[in-house]
Amino acid sequence: MLLDVKNLNVYYGAIHALQGISFHIEEGEIVSLIGANGAGKSTTLRTISGILRPRSGSVHFKGEDITTTPAEQIVRRGISHVPEGRKIFAPLTVRENLEMGAYTRDDPDEIQKSMDRVFVSFPRLKERLNQLGGTLSGGEQQMLATGRGMMSKPSLILLDEPSMGLSPILVEEIFNIIKEINSQGTSILLVEQNALMALSISNRAYVLETGRIVLEGNADDIKNNPQVKSAYLGI
Amino acid sequence: MELGFLIGSVVKIGAILAYLYGLLWVLGHKKLWVKIVGVVAAFAIVQLAFTITIGDSTILNEFDSGLVFQAASMTMIALGLNLIYGFNGQFSLGQWGFYGIGAYTAADITFRWINGDSRGLLVVGIGSILGAVMILGIQKWLSRLRGVPVLSAFTFYLFGSVLVGAVAVVIGNALNPAISPLLGSAYEPGPLSQGIWLQIVYFLAIIFAGVFAGEVSFLFGLPVLSLGSDYFGIATLGFTIIVNTLMLNSDTILPFPEMKGGRGMIGIPKLTTWFWAFFFMLMVIIIMRNVIHSSTGRTILAVREDETAAKAMGIDLASTKLLTFVIGSFFAGIGGGVYAHYIGFLSPGTFDFLAGFNPLIIVVFGGLGSMTGTIAASFGWIFFLEGLLRVLLGQMGPDAPTWRFVLYPIVLLLLMLIRPQGLLGTVEWGFLKAPFVRPRENQHTASDVVEG
Ligand SMILES: Nc1ncnc2c1ncn2[C@@H]1O[C@H](COP(=O)(O)OP(=O)(O)OP(=O)(O)O)[C@@H](O)[C@H]1O
Ligand SMILES: [Mg+2]
Repeated sequence: MLLDVKNLNVYYGAIHALQGISFHIEEGEIVSLIGANGAGKSTTLRTISGILRPRSGSVHFKGEDITTTPAEQIVRRGISHVPEGRKIFAPLTVRENLEMGAYTRDDPDEIQKSMDRVFVSFPRLKERLNQLGGTLSGGEQQMLATGRGMMSKPSLILLDEPSMGLSPILVEEIFNIIKEINSQGTSILLVEQNALMALSISNRAYVLETGRIVLEGNADDIKNNPQVKSAYLGI
Repeated sequence: MELGFLIGSVVKIGAILAYLYGLLWVLGHKKLWVKIVGVVAAFAIVQLAFTITIGDSTILNEFDSGLVFQAASMTMIALGLNLIYGFNGQFSLGQWGFYGIGAYTAADITFRWINGDSRGLLVVGIGSILGAVMILGIQKWLSRLRGVPVLSAFTFYLFGSVLVGAVAVVIGNALNPAISPLLGSAYEPGPLSQGIWLQIVYFLAIIFAGVFAGEVSFLFGLPVLSLGSDYFGIATLGFTIIVNTLMLNSDTILPFPEMKGGRGMIGIPKLTTWFWAFFFMLMVIIIMRNVIHSSTGRTILAVREDETAAKAMGIDLASTKLLTFVIGSFFAGIGGGVYAHYIGFLSPGTFDFLAGFNPLIIVVFGGLGSMTGTIAASFGWIFFLEGLLRVLLGQMGPDAPTWRFVLYPIVLLLLMLIRPQGLLGTVEWGFLKAPFVRPRENQHTASDVVEG
């Protein structure tokens, strides 16, 4: 088991955002987390990557307890978080943004290899290497954010709404790229509004409702679940 | 006369900007010999302007020379603030307090030295070196224990500082009798309190004053930086007020009779020559530029841009902010030491918190996140406000110069309306430019995006 989350409780002040969530990810899987706005999907990712601290419960990664490990150490252990809303470093160039993603690594040759890999997935970024991040189009910024997330050479990537604000063609492209990143051995925890797309590339999925997991199973089963169909897939 | 003076002043300000541009240009030149020759020439030009007489005064008269020194120390202070506020996004009103700490610390060292007392240098020197060792040591030790709360860490550092201070005082008192006979007195300087030795002591005094200011900022910043930017601003304002109060009562609640509290400290040796002011200003510019262009600099920027994203990259927010704060305060301390030894007299009134807004205004005026803007604005501001306006208004009556404090906020207001990103936005000249050239249009749209 790559990631094991047990009985996680997270609060924002008095708001009980995650109410005892448990789930796991196996090595090599793509797992989707779906749910309505405000269900707690982003909160879950932030807790795993150490940006938030849970009040109780635990997170184990590769068998080690990382519940109280600082965020910067969690990156070093191989979890990369691509936060919601892109969060590109606007005054840095594309190259500098990517290098920022490799902040925890030292070997320049290895970093260059990772960068080349990002360019295979996102050739557009290579063309715009010296452009400032803030001047990229929305879609390009999303590509940069995802590419930057690959730069720490993670074994698990947490993707928070990678298709947000993209045109339909780009959405398809980005899901293909996610599949490709996964096929090269990186496990993925995917949070998406675009549930149908997410389920079509996932192995398994969890459905989150106001801080609780209400359904879990194979992506295909979830896709065919009548409740999910009416609530999240709009069919 | 008035028109001539006006034209002369405008020409002077233009010449200063051209001079700064030239200095940054030669510093950024690829060839090392051009850099060296250029820097020596830049030093010599001003030195000559101080000494060559035309008619009945030197090219830069005594009044103007004073402005040059003020502008040089303001440059160091404002650059430090721009690093903290402009580049790292931490709104600080504490810069003036660190400037004051630097000024009084450096002044006390040299004042005691020429009066036959080596303890100033010994205690501050040993204290700041041991303090640095202590901070690095505790930091290493704490990084091994995981999840130590900030306040517990702070307690360790505070305890360490008190210990280091006590050790430094004991060593200082023990060594002083051996050294003080070599110092003589203010009337009969001994071998160590003149010539090259005095210059060395001056240099050390300024460096130690900077390091001491940096260490104080570490202790203060550690608990306070985690408050978030607005609260941090309030806390740093409080810091400047505390420092000012301590200065006002330095001879009563603090054991420093030579600082004379509210009456002001007199008799500080005027050791700041143009050589030293230029040297320290250049040092600050080069250190800051290299920090900003290093990977640490990008980390500093990333924290300003987006804390969540920076954290997700694996950046340690707290230590990045702390490092920036310490470097910025170090610059303020250096600027303070240079100022004290130029002016020869320190009064707590100079370090009043209201005056502490000056570097903030300069940084905003020049452009948050532009070193060039800060340097140009420091010189421009001093020469405009203290030079041009003061003299011009002075001819209209003895109280008229006070109007400049009405005029310059209006100028500031107009600038903010016309160019909200500051005089130079994020544009940099010569040496301060990023290592590779970025297309200019990109920079403009980028700053629009940031603000939009
Ligand atoms: N910083 C915060 N302070 C207070 N409450 C918060 C904060 N962040 C999120 N919340 C609340 O926690 C709950 C879960 O938020 P979260 O961002 O995890 O939702 P989400 O599932 O990612 O939603 P979306 O699909 O809209 O991104 C929401 O009710 C939200 O209002
Ligand atoms: Mg969300």
